Amino acid sequence: MKRQTLKIDNTPVSFGEERNLLEVIRKAHIELPTFCYHSEMSIYGACRLCMVEVEGMGMVPACSTLPAEGMVVRTTSEQIRKLRKMVIELLLASHVGDCPSCSKGPSCQLQKLGQRLGVDKVRFPQSRTPVRIDLSSPSLLRDPNKCVLCGDCVRMCNEIQTVGAIDFAYRGSKSTVMPCFGKDLGEVECVNCGQCARVCPTGALVPRPNIDEVWKALHDSSRTVVAQVAPAVRVALGEAFGLEPGTITTGRIVAALRRMGFDRVYDTSFTADLTILEEAEEFLARKKEGQNLPQFTSCCPAWVKFTEQYYPEYLGHLSTCSSPQQMMGALCKASLKKLQNIPAEKIVMVSIMPCTAKKYEARRPEHSRGDEPDVDLVLTTQELILMIKESGLVFNQLEQESFDMPFGFTTGGGVIFGNSGGVTEAVLRYAAEKITGRKDSNYIFKAARGQEGLREFSLTVEETQLSVAVASGLGNAREVIRRIQSGEKHYDLVEVMACPGGCMNGGGQPISSDADYKAKRTCGLYDNDKMLQLHKPQENPYIAEAYEKFLQKPGSHLAHELLHTTYSPKRRTSGFAPEPEQEEGQLEISICFGTSCFLRGAQQLYSGINAFLAEQGAKAQVSINATFCYERCDRGPVVKIGEEVLEHCTLDQARAAILQHLAGRKAEVQI
Amino acid sequence: MENLRNFEQVCAILKEHDHNPNRLIAILQAVQEVYRYLPEEAMTFIATSLGIPPAKVFGVASFYAHFTLEPKGRYVLKICDGTACHVKKSTEIEEALRKHLGLSSQNPTTPDMLFTLETVSCLGTCGLAPALVINDEVHGLLSPQSALALVQEIQDREAAVHA
Repeated sequence: MKRQTLKIDNTPVSFGEERNLLEVIRKAHIELPTFCYHSEMSIYGACRLCMVEVEGMGMVPACSTLPAEGMVVRTTSEQIRKLRKMVIELLLASHVGDCPSCSKGPSCQLQKLGQRLGVDKVRFPQSRTPVRIDLSSPSLLRDPNKCVLCGDCVRMCNEIQTVGAIDFAYRGSKSTVMPCFGKDLGEVECVNCGQCARVCPTGALVPRPNIDEVWKALHDSSRTVVAQVAPAVRVALGEAFGLEPGTITTGRIVAALRRMGFDRVYDTSFTADLTILEEAEEFLARKKEGQNLPQFTSCCPAWVKFTEQYYPEYLGHLSTCSSPQQMMGALCKASLKKLQNIPAEKIVMVSIMPCTAKKYEARRPEHSRGDEPDVDLVLTTQELILMIKESGLVFNQLEQESFDMPFGFTTGGGVIFGNSGGVTEAVLRYAAEKITGRKDSNYIFKAARGQEGLREFSLTVEETQLSVAVASGLGNAREVIRRIQSGEKHYDLVEVMACPGGCMNGGGQPISSDADYKAKRTCGLYDNDKMLQLHKPQENPYIAEAYEKFLQKPGSHLAHELLHTTYSPKRRTSGFAPEPEQEEGQLEISICFGTSCFLRGAQQLYSGINAFLAEQGAKAQVSINATFCYERCDRGPVVKIGEEVLEHCTLDQARAAILQHLAGRKAEVQI
Repeated sequence: MENLRNFEQVCAILKEHDHNPNRLIAILQAVQEVYRYLPEEAMTFIATSLGIPPAKVFGVASFYAHFTLEPKGRYVLKICDGTACHVKKSTEIEEALRKHLGLSSQNPTTPDMLFTLETVSCLGTCGLAPALVINDEVHGLLSPQSALALVQEIQDREAAVHA
């Protein structure tokens, strides 16, 4: 496209394919204030902060105005200044300003803009009636009192993640962003990815804090508090202390954790290496047998819940490997008694994660043994930053320290887990050598890397052809599944991370003001890989030792018990209870009308059963209900007749079962 | 069996609209005709079969004043409180009906689900002020007494049917 020119504040600026005037202005190094503009999402034009004056057009929102040849733009004027201040004042008048005690802290966009734009007083009285804070989700805290209705979270959840757990409801002064029917976030289809919190400009959506519980454990001298630090944390935490995104701060994080009182500090990358051995073995076995392919990665708990809710028929494709977080928890609690004489009941396992969904994952019943969870508490990077600040540690002056052994040693394969494509690359580092049976000095698989949300590639290792898809952002995951379902594509391995770009951009990471932070963090992890002496998970000597001393071999019985998990279909919203309209002595028939059953023909089944009952003249003996989700979605349609549950129910089966039950009842009555 | 008959009708409505999410408002209108309000389970089911999130359906349903999320009585009494009706003392009619039916602004529906009392701003029938609409029927030039008589007539008719 031909470059064109316009004038911004008396300076000529050339432009090409920028999608709006706002991007042209920002390219000219003028930081126009915005709340509701994010380049990755649709243009909304609600916040009115990016208003500029264009000659011949008057005041226009820069985000929804196309740049044109010869345009004359002013970004500051008396009127614009007044308008921006007014917008901030109005927002502050309907915002609970408990700034000193708000966990959003200095990354609050409202606070920043208020200060930047010189709003020194609010002329309007507080207009908001306080509402309850939603604490139902293990991952996120939702405080509608702080919401400025910019809609960023709504568009993130809808457009990028295709979940749509929250939306605008009601109208005018009653407008609120909320889950369906005013339910709490913990009751609906939210997958806990926390991307809403990443884009929220205020403290209306933030990671659910667990800081107090962690301090309590640290101050309890009878407990051994064990930390594990996820790979993505080390390239982002420094941002809160003025360092560039991507700066590797592993040594200082370890030092800070020890100062705070953690007894052991381990590296989640170690169990990422372990995950690769288990997961790659599983993959090679499936590939050999041609079963359950493509294999889906399972380290992202938001993606796992997404699959359980929307694609229950694909649960068999998920790798059964637990995530590195859960592997570390299970491994520590099962082996530290033997290795270091620390009994499991004394251990408090605290993981430090870039992710809000990890809080949910740690609480899944599959990851508890008896009442004892493998991972007790999960902190996001943001929370660890707050704890470091609370401790008064001058982070940048800390002497670097190294992880504890044996679970603190990692190869580069475990470190790049924090990037989209990293798990795939690490699997390939293992699988390629396994297939050829030869050591190979190359460890970089460039094809797995990249910034696009959906990447596909194939490679041939000797005779074996491998076809791979790498997706980040759940909308892209949906597209991958669509391609599989339609038969358009066949893959062997599908890696999904719910957050765009992978864990380094997780919902619990610090909020960056650097336009290029994603690329810098990604690069930081790849650099970290390069600087390590070992790159292939199978070369990690401590993994070999863990198998030798404890786990036997990849895929062993004990490895399965500790390192693998199960999945089950999940309903999306806490549903309505079936309404019993039953009269005494009637046979109760319930047909599931949850999404999966609906798609598998519950409605036709329902009509068919009704017609059959009419034909039999049996309507009076039966009460028939539509119910909502038995969580057997992969086996739908599900029909319950009396006490009997029919899965994959066909009309013929239903007819037979009804006749049988009615006959049984008749017999009972005669006796 | 009433719920079930309703449910069949919802299925029919969805089919009539080709399960097209762009027709959500029309679908909700038709479903509200069936139930006289929009029950949560109906909205969840509509969301499911249109392939959109329930939060979206709820967003639309809660946005428009036309949609109601609470069950309404079989007879919806809409008292006009527009300027013309107001100066012709519509509030006295409202008061009389509230007292007669034992209702308040927080509690607009009778426990027997027969009546719901609402106020609206201008029905556009200012010549008939003060006006009251019972379901789709407009009654004009009312006094508190004549309004009460209309309601009493319905109550008597309903009592006779049940007896």
